[in-house]
Amino acid sequence: MPKIEIKNVYKIFGNSPTEVLPMVKSGANKEEVLEKTGHTVGLDNVSLSIEEGETFVCMGLSGSGKSTLIRHLNRLIDPTDGDIIVDGTNIMELDEQQLIDFRKHELSMVFQRFGLFPHKTVIENIGYGLEIQGKEAEERRKLAMIQIESVGLQGFEDQYPSQLSGGMQQRVGLARALATNPEILLMDEAFSALDPLIRSDMQNQLIELQAKLKKTIVFITHDLDESLRLGDHIGILNGGRLVQAGTPEEIIMSPADDYVEAFVKDVNRAKVLRAKTVMIKANEFNSNEIKLADVFKVDEGSYIEQFLPKVLADRCTVMVVDKKGDTKGYITEKELAISLSKDGYNLK
Amino acid sequence: MHNISNLFLKIASSFIFVLLIISTYYLLIPKNIFFLFLKFIFIIPTITLLVNLLNLIPKYLLYQLSKIFAAVVMVALIVVSYLSSKRKPDNVSELYTDFTWLINWPKWLDTPFMHWINKGWRSFIADYGVIFDAIGYGLLRGYTELKTVIVQAPWPVVIIGVIAITYFTSGRKLGTTVFVGFCTFFIGFLNPRFWDKAIETTTMVVIGIAICIVIGIPIGIAMARSEKVRNAILPILDTMQVIPAFCYLIPGIILFGLGAIPAIISIFIYACPPLIRLTDLGIRLVDKEVIEAARSFGASKKQMLLGVQLPLALPNIMQGINQCTMMALAMVVIASMIGTRGLGDEVLLGLQQLNVGAALEAGLAIVLLAIVLDRMTQAYGEKIQERTQPTKKKK
Repeated sequence: MPKIEIKNVYKIFGNSPTEVLPMVKSGANKEEVLEKTGHTVGLDNVSLSIEEGETFVCMGLSGSGKSTLIRHLNRLIDPTDGDIIVDGTNIMELDEQQLIDFRKHELSMVFQRFGLFPHKTVIENIGYGLEIQGKEAEERRKLAMIQIESVGLQGFEDQYPSQLSGGMQQRVGLARALATNPEILLMDEAFSALDPLIRSDMQNQLIELQAKLKKTIVFITHDLDESLRLGDHIGILNGGRLVQAGTPEEIIMSPADDYVEAFVKDVNRAKVLRAKTVMIKANEFNSNEIKLADVFKVDEGSYIEQFLPKVLADRCTVMVVDKKGDTKGYITEKELAISLSKDGYNLK
Repeated sequence: MHNISNLFLKIASSFIFVLLIISTYYLLIPKNIFFLFLKFIFIIPTITLLVNLLNLIPKYLLYQLSKIFAAVVMVALIVVSYLSSKRKPDNVSELYTDFTWLINWPKWLDTPFMHWINKGWRSFIADYGVIFDAIGYGLLRGYTELKTVIVQAPWPVVIIGVIAITYFTSGRKLGTTVFVGFCTFFIGFLNPRFWDKAIETTTMVVIGIAICIVIGIPIGIAMARSEKVRNAILPILDTMQVIPAFCYLIPGIILFGLGAIPAIISIFIYACPPLIRLTDLGIRLVDKEVIEAARSFGASKKQMLLGVQLPLALPNIMQGINQCTMMALAMVVIASMIGTRGLGDEVLLGLQQLNVGAALEAGLAIVLLAIVLDRMTQAYGEKIQERTQPTKKKK
């Protein structure tokens, strides 16, 4: 069973969204609706499911509805129509008190501009979720200290957020979200406000933490490299519609439409594509063509960039093997050429 | 209140509505305090039901109906003003034979608002004056007690008290403390008579501000929370700020008698709006993402208000209290015209005797008092601001 399931969610902003809903349901697009009724379509029939323990990255340009979507998961925004099911409960049916309990325990959120409380110290900020849960001050401090250590902010616990740099502030935001030990982590463009070096640093930290904690993460970003790096699963939104959802390889190799294609055009393919996606299967490959002495073994999960220099230097053929050492397939210079060129897959 | 969708509920609510209208109408007749409260209890659901029923009418129709209604009221007003005027022409037919009334504003085209208000006012005093007597008595008691305590205290003790309060509220800033102490000393130093009068004025201002805070801040919070409340209250605040002080000083005398109490009430009317506005603004200006963060962690409305919104709006609210203080002092001088004692009284005395020196001396004392009160509230606001939004990095 998926951890989070979004079923046919519509969100329309304006004075009387329910009156506009039939028009949107009948297929009118965002511009038409805006022109005819003055209402803005935030989400248009979005359905997706997110499995437990995976990182789902939701991507799109500004105004595509991604921030609206993530706010539906904890009902900071209520949908106009549709169901949102988290852990088997339809959260649209929760009353106010149940919703508050749901937010307290099930999920927490990290914000683009951090959303820290300027009047609380770092440790009070991190302990906020626990404070809301009604935990005693001593326990709060103890749990918050653990989080401070896990994000590497020891010694800053009694500073105020404005005394920290942007990267440190976002670490506080992350620690605050983790302190309540939620199963789901919502990250709304969490690293977009950081400079590139700190951003990649934070991405590494998140990957490390995720390897340990195995949370279900919903991550919003407009940066494709970031989404390919973090995501097990990527959904691309355009004008409130989900245009494609799939693994990073699927998105790169078979973009669903022009919009996605424009998105993936400039991506560094060597960084994203894995050996197993570009190889020719062992049974389809004529192994007589190569001399075995020139063969170089790589793991099926490794990225092209890891073995590309070796191939270029030694002019060798790559043999793709799985964990047990069985041969799965081969990659020659031709496959590399096809997979690395922007329109290579049309040649095929 | 959300729209009633069920047909049965619609009919039931209209039925209750009619009953309420009838009962409130009958409750208009017996006039005493008990029935006034009952009336208030009935009026609120009556209004909500009325709004609900109006919502049932389609919007465009409601718009047309409201135009017709306004036109009818306008015509009725003109007819009433014509009929009740004493200087109308002998015969209506003169109006369309002799057109001189088109040149100068005709005497009969005059709504009898003044008479209505006076009539209403008189019966209001007769029926409900007791309530104001009670309020006035309570305030007077508080005012007298507080004033007597400070007046009877030896003056060095008062100065030391002021210095001590400033020292702690300003976060142990020596400069501000010394300055405030010096100003306090100088009030008495200008003229020994001023010392007791300054205490009277201060007591009035302090009680006025206390009422402003107790009433103003909750109203500000309610305004920040709901668009509807804000739209309803803003015109009232505008009226309170714009209406000349004498318009409520005089009814104040009638309701509360001469002296400190009408002054305190006028302080409230004059000085409360900026506090309400700044509270409302302060809460609405709190960063939206911070509010979202609190909500995403499951904060209830109360936790949000007390834990996030109010602390972050506090610098603005303190600024509001500071403004409130300054305006209260200005009002105290005007209130001396209705026999309120205090420093304003000295200014008035100087003016009446054409004694420029005395008037200026008293004016200076008011300025000093203003500085003292301003520095005390300002310093406290700054201290809070430093604690909540530290800008400088600690070394």
